[in-house]
Amino acid sequence: MKSAQAEAIPALPRKSSRGSRLLKQMAKRYDLYLMLLLPIAWYLIFHYGPLYGLQIAFKNFNPAKGILGSEWEGFGHFERFFDSYYFWRLLWNTLSINLFSLLIAFPIPIMLALLVNEIRSKRFSKLLQNITYIPHFISVVVIVGILNVFLSPTSGPINMVIEAFGGEPVRFLEEAGWFKTIFIGSNIWQNMGWQSIIYIAALSGVNPQLYEAAKMDGATRLQRIWHVSIPGIAPVIVILLILDIGHFMNIGFEKILLMQNNLNLESSDVISTFVYTTGVLKGEYSYTAAIGLFNSVINLVLLLLVNRIARKTSETSLW
Amino acid sequence: MSKQQTIRGASDDKVFDAIVYAIAAVIIVIVLYPLLYIVGASFSDPARVISGEVWLLPKGFTMDAYTNILHDDRIWTGYRNTIFYTVVGTVINILMTLLAAYPLSRPDLPLRNGIMVLITLTMFFGGGLIPTYLLVKDLGMVDTMWALIVPGAIATYNLIVMRTYFQSSIPWELQEAAHIDGCSNWRLLISIILPLSKPILAVMVLFYAVGHWNSFFNALIYIRDEALHPLQLVLREILLISQTAMTDSSSVVGMEDKILLAESIKFAVIIVSSLPVLVMYPFVQRHFVKGVMIGSVKG
Repeated sequence: MKSAQAEAIPALPRKSSRGSRLLKQMAKRYDLYLMLLLPIAWYLIFHYGPLYGLQIAFKNFNPAKGILGSEWEGFGHFERFFDSYYFWRLLWNTLSINLFSLLIAFPIPIMLALLVNEIRSKRFSKLLQNITYIPHFISVVVIVGILNVFLSPTSGPINMVIEAFGGEPVRFLEEAGWFKTIFIGSNIWQNMGWQSIIYIAALSGVNPQLYEAAKMDGATRLQRIWHVSIPGIAPVIVILLILDIGHFMNIGFEKILLMQNNLNLESSDVISTFVYTTGVLKGEYSYTAAIGLFNSVINLVLLLLVNRIARKTSETSLW
Repeated sequence: MSKQQTIRGASDDKVFDAIVYAIAAVIIVIVLYPLLYIVGASFSDPARVISGEVWLLPKGFTMDAYTNILHDDRIWTGYRNTIFYTVVGTVINILMTLLAAYPLSRPDLPLRNGIMVLITLTMFFGGGLIPTYLLVKDLGMVDTMWALIVPGAIATYNLIVMRTYFQSSIPWELQEAAHIDGCSNWRLLISIILPLSKPILAVMVLFYAVGHWNSFFNALIYIRDEALHPLQLVLREILLISQTAMTDSSSVVGMEDKILLAESIKFAVIIVSSLPVLVMYPFVQRHFVKGVMIGSVKG
């Protein structure tokens, strides 16, 4: 009733009263804004501050002159990067590591969840889940440490097996050819359990009557997985795929940095590690800020693209 | 006919079950074996580890590696620093996330969608490493503990999870009623919302604390003073850097003992540093799972 009365008020006074009503509502809840004060200030400083600082990508940043005082350079840093001999190597490594991860590491948690869903013994299913979650909590440094001892050419169990079968020990961590396999493989080992949680939850939400109906129609269990389980969790799969692509260009940066050495650089040198070594360590701030911006822009474009495709084809999307 | 079919179906089912269990068993072995190998090797005679004799169970049982660690000052400093960063950092994380998540969960807050968009955008686009690094440097945080605490004060994902929890698990009618009784928003937050939010607070504490415990990159770029190094940086030195140094100078006389010592320490260090998180794990694992689920409601 009240709102109907408000509608009846003529247009002009209503507009100004709406503004003042908003202010009044805000004033009444001033203490909520007080709570938000620190967090918003923090977001402005630590998230929007770097966005402002990003202008050094188009300048020749001189720490003595500050961000504003440094002179403009235009697209010079970008051109230098695109013309550099390492540009294609960095781009290829960045894209290929992430693309292979997506192709190989993304489906595995889904398969694990489907497997868990097929286990009838509750206790065994819980055991499998709890064990596969464990590696998620181990730090990157320790994971790379474990890789070092486990794949060691002189004492690691893997090479012991290879030698037992008469093979030559492989220096896994020092060969460029092995880098991506080990990186992605250990990521799967560490994260498949954790990433399967969401799928397991989604599977438990699939209507059991659908399984019964499929069973009546004579579907085998494999067919039930294919025609009931997977379609049932498809929206979740699409959302997680989009989110994964949202971090496409940055995935695993810390681990790559730790696994990197001069011998495997050919396949382990990615854009983000290059930004770190050249920017933070060697102080070429403007140049690497430009490279970082290039990386972020590609990432954003990919995200928007995939989100759009998903919305068109499956009606599931982030926004 | 139909009876025959069900019999065939049942035996097919058995085969299927057998395959499922076999795959599950293989996965369990793959996940556990590297971890158990590290445990076994940490209690073994380093010479026998290096010669590749250790498979799973300790060979030549010894606790030397652990006693060596006890005498290593770097580990102690790292441990102390990390505990400090974890405790202080997590307290600040929780306060900041709470202060952001609660007001933004209120349907009656003007402009809340606009603020939410500003916050969510930061998940998808940011200034990147270099501008952030320069900012932290300009703020004078380099080589102070603040560099490890303030720049990561809020994880946007956690903020969204907490906000979703407030919106979906705490009845709005309850808050309205409290308002009518003249309860201020601060009191509402402290004496009504917080007591009702214990599960999500537990999840948040765990997410943030594990994050602090395991993080190394911020320390790598912001902390040069060794007295401030967190455990993960010390680990990096022991596990990854010392090794390359060893292989570079392997011709030095008397190196063998040192290599043995360094090798044996590695396994024990992995155990000692991961133990707090892994010991906590069985008790909190249910909460972690809950946190992921609440996040996925919105995600």
